[in-house]
Amino acid sequence: MVAENTTKNLSITLRVWRQAGPNQPGKFVDYQSKDLNPNMSFLEMLDVVNDELTLKGEEPIAFAHDCREGICGTCSATINGKAHGPGKGVATCQVYMRAFRDGDVITVEPFRAAAFPIIKDLIVDRSAFDKIQQAGGFITARTGSAPDANALPVPKGDADLAMDAAACIGCGACVAACKNASAMLFVAAKVSHFGLLPQGQAERDRRVLAMVSTMDALGFGNCTNQYECSAACPKLITHDFIARLNRDYLGATIRHAFKPEPAGADGGT
Amino acid sequence: MAQLDSKIPSGPLADKWRKHKTEIKLVNPANKRKYEIIVVGAGLAGSSAAATLAELGYRVKNFVFHDSPRRAHSIAAQGGINAAKNYQNDGDSVYRLFYDTIKGGDYRSREANVHRLAEVSVNIIDQCVAQGVPFAREYGGLLANRSFGGAQVSRTFYARGQTGQQLLLGAYSALSRMVGAGAVELHTQSEMLDLVIVGGQAKGIIARDLVTGAITSHAADAVVLATGGYGNVFNLSTYARGSNATAIWRAYKRGACFANPCYTQIHPTCIPVSGDYQSKLTLMSESLRNDGRIWVPKKKEDAKKDPNSIPEADRDYYLERMYPSFGNLAPRDIASRAAKRVCDEGRGAGASGLGVYLDFSDAIKRLGEAAVRERYGNLFDIYHEITAESGYQTPMRIYPAVHYTMGGLWVDYNLMSNVPGLFVLGEANFSDHGANRLGASALMQGLGDGYFVIPYTIGDYLAGQKPGSRPSTDSADFKAAEAGIRGMTNRFLDIKGKQPVSHFHKRLGKVMWDGCGMARTKATLEKALREIPPLREEFWASVLVPGSADTLNQSLEQAGRVADFLELGELLCLDALTREESCGGHFREEHQYPDGECKRDDEKFAHVAAWEFQGKDKAPLRNTEPLNYEFVKMSVRNYK
Ligand SMILES: Cc1cc2nc3c(=O)[nH]c(=O)nc-3n(C[C@H](O)[C@H](O)[C@H](O)COP(=O)(O)OP(=O)(O)OC[C@H]3O[C@@H](n4cnc5c(N)ncnc54)[C@H](O)[C@@H]3O)c2cc1C
Ligand code: SF4
Ligand code: FES
Repeated sequence: MVAENTTKNLSITLRVWRQAGPNQPGKFVDYQSKDLNPNMSFLEMLDVVNDELTLKGEEPIAFAHDCREGICGTCSATINGKAHGPGKGVATCQVYMRAFRDGDVITVEPFRAAAFPIIKDLIVDRSAFDKIQQAGGFITARTGSAPDANALPVPKGDADLAMDAAACIGCGACVAACKNASAMLFVAAKVSHFGLLPQGQAERDRRVLAMVSTMDALGFGNCTNQYECSAACPKLITHDFIARLNRDYLGATIRHAFKPEPAGADGGT
Repeated sequence: MAQLDSKIPSGPLADKWRKHKTEIKLVNPANKRKYEIIVVGAGLAGSSAAATLAELGYRVKNFVFHDSPRRAHSIAAQGGINAAKNYQNDGDSVYRLFYDTIKGGDYRSREANVHRLAEVSVNIIDQCVAQGVPFAREYGGLLANRSFGGAQVSRTFYARGQTGQQLLLGAYSALSRMVGAGAVELHTQSEMLDLVIVGGQAKGIIARDLVTGAITSHAADAVVLATGGYGNVFNLSTYARGSNATAIWRAYKRGACFANPCYTQIHPTCIPVSGDYQSKLTLMSESLRNDGRIWVPKKKEDAKKDPNSIPEADRDYYLERMYPSFGNLAPRDIASRAAKRVCDEGRGAGASGLGVYLDFSDAIKRLGEAAVRERYGNLFDIYHEITAESGYQTPMRIYPAVHYTMGGLWVDYNLMSNVPGLFVLGEANFSDHGANRLGASALMQGLGDGYFVIPYTIGDYLAGQKPGSRPSTDSADFKAAEAGIRGMTNRFLDIKGKQPVSHFHKRLGKVMWDGCGMARTKATLEKALREIPPLREEFWASVLVPGSADTLNQSLEQAGRVADFLELGELLCLDALTREESCGGHFREEHQYPDGECKRDDEKFAHVAAWEFQGKDKAPLRNTEPLNYEFVKMSVRNYK
């Protein structure tokens, strides 16, 4: 979040989604928070509110966080209707209170998607992403079997583009921002990262087919090219990768239809 | 008294590892699936170990407190990973990387371990590239390198400013492959709360499911801890908020020795604290010191003024003044301590008074703003994002912060602790960095331990365990440990005191930072040792943990971690008090050369201090493992 420096403290109304557990009803609850330093991060504001709630004998707001510097992908909140809140290219933990004005009412909700069930308050279960990765998001390279790292030169442009895709932090904002709750940007990023590298070619078809079918099976929606995903993405992963994924998927489907799989090619262990 | 046999193989330094690998016992491939191994942690060390052990055919159970293995703190490492590839043809070699690491560690690490680390460093890069880690490349398509502190060669591999992320995602993909294949059973949001010892050997763990609150027992033939560092004992640090010492601390209380807890690293260039609400300190690359000049006002009265209004004559470029030959590039520890000193004098910048200016106005005059932007633009952006100030217009403010812990559980050459069957990898062990870690070497060690060391050395232990001899979780040892954890959980909830957990963590952090931070003296350490026990008592009498044990309860999680920090902090100070010398990150003001460099005492302290728990309210026992330097001569570290 980038905004002008201000020194005046602010008071806000926090309208937070409270839900005690997975299958329980939830509702918005208002909390007043006063005299906040604008240099405090949004999550630090939640820390302060939580300590106040604790002292009042109430349960603090459960929210996911860890690195607090925009890289681990743990934090996940929809702030005023936007996944990861105001600002471009930042995660929830990189939102600062100076982005708000004195007297603001700030609505905070969990990332909402059928494939991300709510665990408690603002915390959702994103293990579906891990399952997609387990289905095919890897290059099989048993430890100890690798050739010398410089044996296979990779054009710098390809390596850089692969890195752009690999920068995904697996936060799920793309899913939360999409009206269909599609995971296409996340899957496209992973498929493109590996597909752009020579090491990733052997399993390229198998990977895209397995990841896409797992994504579908886990209840993520379809992509209808609205690109809300890349707009909300804290790493600004471009939706161009979705086009790449579609090409890869189509090609793999056709090749798969005409080329029988040899027996035992499970590619697993 | 613990038996500390380092099991360092005999013979020439360069042959030790090769020889050891051919001599240690092997587990027959058909028998491997009969052994179950618990790996706690999935950072670089844990995920590389879990994936590789599963590839070998062992049955692996992997536990992490995070909601996905990909979120381990390793993800945040920025700068890079070292390897003695000599791709730049600048004279690098395994020996040189070994030597730099030994010297960087201020001659307080084991020669044999460090040499092995340098040897496997080259395999790590091969492995990562094969997995698709998108390292930076040159136009010709070959791998690029950069240089890092403490080295005169260019041996650091990197992926933009996200090297840790890319290496972790590589290891995570290998782990995911094995999870998908059914070879690793993954337990996310599961926190290990105790180590279970059966018949003197580590045979399982007690874990709490952080979502449902369920406390369960898990038995195994061996337990591997790869649970990261303990820097959050200082509360504020560059670590992720969730990083904690619980796994290693509870293992310590079950008999594993804790080695050199006082070896902590403070990084000089971090964004300073802005208020009491502060939860995290963000690291800014040290490279900024190449072109930025560091200063504070000469006069205390100027400390709160707009820095641009302070005339040149009233500025104290203290590093240039005190260390004329090195200036702003003085080594990490010296730069950190000098900043503390000027702030303690009341000349620190910013509202808190804990900051020094890092000024680019001369560089901008000399090179132009565009050139400065090209070199450091992303760092200026991070700074702007956090502080809303522009480093181009006004000097940035920086302050040192806790960044890494070299100490950890004691392990032998096989990475096994003194408790048979308990292995410790990555930042959680003490083994390779001595009293100070060089930049880009933690990632190397984590992956070296996980991919290339433990897969061999664990076999030596398992070969001596009968397949299928793993105890049942119904046994008395498991039941007792489980009951202990349930009791502790209920106790936290029953106190119903007056202050949230965070209150105690902040207070402990302040005691630690003041008493055992960048500079330590007998007096500051004794003061901290007087303050910690009453703070701990106050915590147990008046902490307020809301909610219940049967749901996700972050206050309860935090309570357990802070309870452990309140004990570990004391041991850390005791270790620092006992080690009456300065070495690497451990700076005792009483022991320094006139130029401020660490004054070691090799006569008395050329050893590892491995602390052994003796029971609650009893003084721990200080065991020692002598450090025998056979191949390198211990000398005074000198970077001038
Ligand atoms: C900001 C920053 C930048 C850095 N940059 C560099 C760099 O450029 N180069 C470099 O070499 N090093 C760097 N380091 C250091 C390096 O990142 C770490 O030392 C290293 O990644 C630690 O890896 P690890 O696998 O040992 O532990 P971690 O990555 O910390 O992983 C710990 C794992 O253990 C699990 N865990 C912990 N306790 C429990 C428990 N009780 N129960 C269940 N699971 C548990 C966690 O879930 C996690 O999976 C940096 C560190 C920081 C803070
Ligand atoms: S693509 Fe972007 S929004 Fe989606 S998970 Fe990755 S980083 Fe998050
Ligand atoms: S807390 Fe790690 S990305 Fe926000």
